[in-house]
Amino acid sequence: MLKKTAPPAGPRVLTLRILRSTPGDATEPHWQDFRVEEAEGMTLFIALNEVRESLDPSLQFDFVCRAGICGSCGMLIDGKPGLACCALTRDHGAEITLAPLPVFELIGDLSVNTGKWMRGTAERLETWIHSDAEPLLTALEPRMEPELAEAIYELDRCIECGCCVAGCGTLRMREEFVGAIGLNKIARFRLDPRDERSDDDFYELIGDDTGVFGCMSLLGCHDVCPKGLPLQTQIAFLRRKMVAVGLK
Amino acid sequence: MRINYTDVLVIGGGLAGLRAAVGARRRGHDVTILSLVPPKRSHSAAAQGGMQASLGNTVKGEGDNEDVHFEDTVRGSDWGCDQEVARLFVHTAPQAVRELAAWGVPWNRVKAGDREVVMDGKRVTLTERPEAHGLITARDFGGTKKWRTCYVSDGTGHAMLYAVSDQAVAESIPVHERMEAIALIHEGGRCHGAIVRNLVTGELSAYVAKATCIATGGFGRIYRVTTNAVINEGIGSAIALETGAAVLGNMEAVQFHPTTIFPAGILVTEGCRGDGGLLKDAAGHRFMPDYEPEKKELASRDVVSRRMEEHIRAGHGVKTRFGDHLLLDITLLGAAHIDGKLREVKEICQHFLGIDPATDMIAVRPAQHYSRGGIRTDARGQARGLAGLFSCGEAACWDLHGFNRLGGNSVAETVVAGMIVGETMADFVESAAGDLHVSTALVRECLEREQAKLDTLLMGDGTENASELMRRMQEIMTDKVGIFRRGDLLQEAVDELQALLLKSRKIGVATKRAGANPELVTAYRLQKMLKLALCVAYGALQRTESRGAHYREDYPQRDDANWLKRTLASWSDDFQTLPTLGYEELDVAAMELPPGWRGYGAKNAIEHPATAARVTEISTIRSAFGHADRFTVQQALMPFEHLVPARFRGRNERLGES
Repeated sequence: MLKKTAPPAGPRVLTLRILRSTPGDATEPHWQDFRVEEAEGMTLFIALNEVRESLDPSLQFDFVCRAGICGSCGMLIDGKPGLACCALTRDHGAEITLAPLPVFELIGDLSVNTGKWMRGTAERLETWIHSDAEPLLTALEPRMEPELAEAIYELDRCIECGCCVAGCGTLRMREEFVGAIGLNKIARFRLDPRDERSDDDFYELIGDDTGVFGCMSLLGCHDVCPKGLPLQTQIAFLRRKMVAVGLK
Repeated sequence: MRINYTDVLVIGGGLAGLRAAVGARRRGHDVTILSLVPPKRSHSAAAQGGMQASLGNTVKGEGDNEDVHFEDTVRGSDWGCDQEVARLFVHTAPQAVRELAAWGVPWNRVKAGDREVVMDGKRVTLTERPEAHGLITARDFGGTKKWRTCYVSDGTGHAMLYAVSDQAVAESIPVHERMEAIALIHEGGRCHGAIVRNLVTGELSAYVAKATCIATGGFGRIYRVTTNAVINEGIGSAIALETGAAVLGNMEAVQFHPTTIFPAGILVTEGCRGDGGLLKDAAGHRFMPDYEPEKKELASRDVVSRRMEEHIRAGHGVKTRFGDHLLLDITLLGAAHIDGKLREVKEICQHFLGIDPATDMIAVRPAQHYSRGGIRTDARGQARGLAGLFSCGEAACWDLHGFNRLGGNSVAETVVAGMIVGETMADFVESAAGDLHVSTALVRECLEREQAKLDTLLMGDGTENASELMRRMQEIMTDKVGIFRRGDLLQEAVDELQALLLKSRKIGVATKRAGANPELVTAYRLQKMLKLALCVAYGALQRTESRGAHYREDYPQRDDANWLKRTLASWSDDFQTLPTLGYEELDVAAMELPPGWRGYGAKNAIEHPATAARVTEISTIRSAFGHADRFTVQQALMPFEHLVPARFRGRNERLGES
C-alpha cells in the first residue's frame, strides 16, 4: 500500500504497557510502561528481551523456539491472544498492551502455566493411540492411505499454545470445558485408524456439557488459532457424530 | 531439605529423554522427568525436515539398507564417528520409525503411480511402485546416496515429540516442569542424582536416583547467531563437566546449518533443498555446482555452509545493513508443494521476512545449529568416568556424528538413543551396580554448596552484569569460533573467554527476589556456559587439522596421521580457567570403513599409517566371504550385534528383500 505522507524521521519509540503481577507478592497487579526504540523486523520476542536486559531484569515471560512452533509465548497482545514471537511490532501501534493469557494459572507477569493445563487435558482425554496390539518393530509397517496421513497431520499441528483456551467464551462459564484444543485432539484420534477407540468411547469423554455439547459456538478459538487449525468444522463435525451416539 | 527418590531420573523432556523414560518405565521402574519447560515445548519440535531410516519404500530409496546408511553416516562424519555406534544406530532406526508409526506419527506415505518432483533444477516424473503404496515414504537430504529421510510435511519433530510425549503421559510418568538440574550429586565415581532448582519458587531440592540420564540437548546459545531455542544453553552438559569425573567429547565439532533466515537465524529445513530448492547469489546465479559438481546443493552441511561463506567472501552476497546473505530459491517447487510439504517454512517466511516463498526467494546465511560434542558415553549410553550417569541425544557424544552430522540423523538419534539408553538404564537398575548407597549427609552438603553459590550471586558484592558478559561470550563465539577458524583468532577467543570466566565469578544480581528471577538464572547459567565455550574454543585451537565442520584455514588438510582421535575435555578444579584436554584414539584396524575420500568436499587428507593395511584386510575378508549375504560379511568386518538390546534384535524387513 502506498503511503502519501513522507516517512517519519528516525525509528518509532514504542511503549510496551505490560500487566505486572506476581502471585503471593504484596503488590497489586498493575500496568507498567516500558519504552524501547523500534528496530527493523522487530518482534515482541526481541522487544521484550530488550526490556529485560536493559530496563527491568525481573520481568517474567516465556519464550522457547522464538519461531512460532513451540507454543510457549501465548499472551494477550492488544487484548487478543497470540504468539508474541511472531508478532512484528510494525503491525501494531506505538503503544502495545501485553497481558498474560487468562484461564491458566498465573506464574508471574506474562508467564502462565499452560503445561499443567495441557497435561491435565492429555490425561483426561487420553490423547494417545489406544491399541492392544504390540507392534512388531522389524516387520513392514501397516499401510495407510497417503491422503489420510495428511488429514491426520492437519489436526496434529496443534502446538498447545493455549490461545484458543484464552479466546473461549464457554470456558469463562464452564471451568471444566475441554476447549477447542481438547475437541481437536479427539477429532485427531477419532480420524486415526490406529486408535481402536469407538465413537461410544469418545462419547464417554466429550459427550456432555464439559465436552462438545458445552461449546456455545462463539468460535473465538477459530479466529485466534495461530496455526489456522479448522476448529470450527471439527467442532461441528464432532457434535454431529456425538449426537448420533447419544440418540442410539 | 526435600529429597525425591526415584529409580531413574531423566533430566530433559525432549525426544531423547522422553523415549528413554518410556523404555525404563516399561521395564517396570519408577521414572521422573525434569524439564525446563512443558515437554512438548522442547526444541525437538523444531526438527522440520525428517528422520533418516533405511526403509527403502520410495522408488528413489530402492536398494537402501543399513549398509548404505552406515556408509553415508561415516563419510558424513569425516571418519570422526564411532563406527560401532553408527552400526547400532542404522540397525535400530527403521524400528524407531515403525514404533513411532504405531504411536500415531502421521508419516507421509508412498502413493503408487507417477508424481512430478524437482531434481537438480528440473521437473522430472517418478513412478512409485504399486507394492509400496501406503508405506512410509522418504525425501532426499544432503550427503545421502538414497532418499531416506522419513517425514511428516515439515513438522516431523513436532509430530514425533507429541507422539512420544503422549506415550509418557500414557505410562503415567511424572514430568516436573520448570525444574532445572544445577548440579549432579556424586561421590567416588558414582552419580546419585541431582540438585534441582524450581524456576518458579527458586527452591532447591534433591532428586536421588539409581540411574540419572542427561538429555538436555545442545548448547547453541553460547553463539550469538544460532537456530537453537533460547533454552538450549547446555546446562546438562555443563553440570556433567563440573563433576570433574565425566568428560565432554569433541566439543569443537559444532555444526552450522546452511539455510537459516537472515539475520534472525531461524531454521529453514534442508528439505527445501532435498525437495529441489536451489542456492543463488546476488546476481541470481546458482553457484553450488561451480564448487561441488557432484552433490551441488546436497553436499553435506559442513561443505555447503563453507561454500556459501566462501562465495560471500568473494563478494557475491546480497548486501544489507546487517551484513551479506545469499538466497534460497524454492519458487520452482510450486505453491501446491510448499503448501503441503513445506508449510512451516512458508509460515516462517511470512512471519519473519514478510515474503511468500512460492514467489520470492528466501534470504539465508549459515548459522550455528547443532552440538555434536557432549557428554562422552559408551555405545550403550553409560557416561565415561561416572557410573550411574547416562546421556542420550544432542547432550551426549555417543558419537554417531563425528565432525559432521547428516541432516535427518539427529532427530533419528534422539529416539534411537532413547530406545537404547532406556534399556541400558533398566539393566543397570536391575543389577547390583544399580544399588543405591548414598548418605543424606552427602546430599545435604551438595545442596548447601549450591545454595551458597546462589546466595553469593544474590547477596555478594559482585558488580559484573551477567547479560553483558553473556552477550560478549556469544559475540566471541560467533566471530572467532565459527565456520572458518584460524589459530590467531582462536587464541584471542580463548584469552577473552578466560577473562570473561574470571569476571563471571564477580557477577552481581540486582533483582534480589529468591523465586522466579530471570536475572539470577542468567547469572548462574552464564558461569556454566563459559566453561562449555572454553571447551569448544580451546578444543578448536588445539586441533590443528580440518575435519568435517571443524575447518582451520591455517591447517586445511584432514590429518588422519595425527588427529584421528576424539577430544575429551574435563574440568576437575572449579578454579581452573581452561579445560584439561585428553584424547581418545580411533582404532583404524577395527573400522568397517577405513578413512578415505567422502565423495564431496576436499580430497587432501593425510593418511593414517594403519589405513592401507586395514583396506587390504577388508578386501581379503570380502573376497573370502564372496558368496555370503551382507549380514555375514558385515559381521566378519566389525561385529556390533552384541551392542543391540535384546528387544531390538532381528533383521529389518523391507520390500523385495528376503
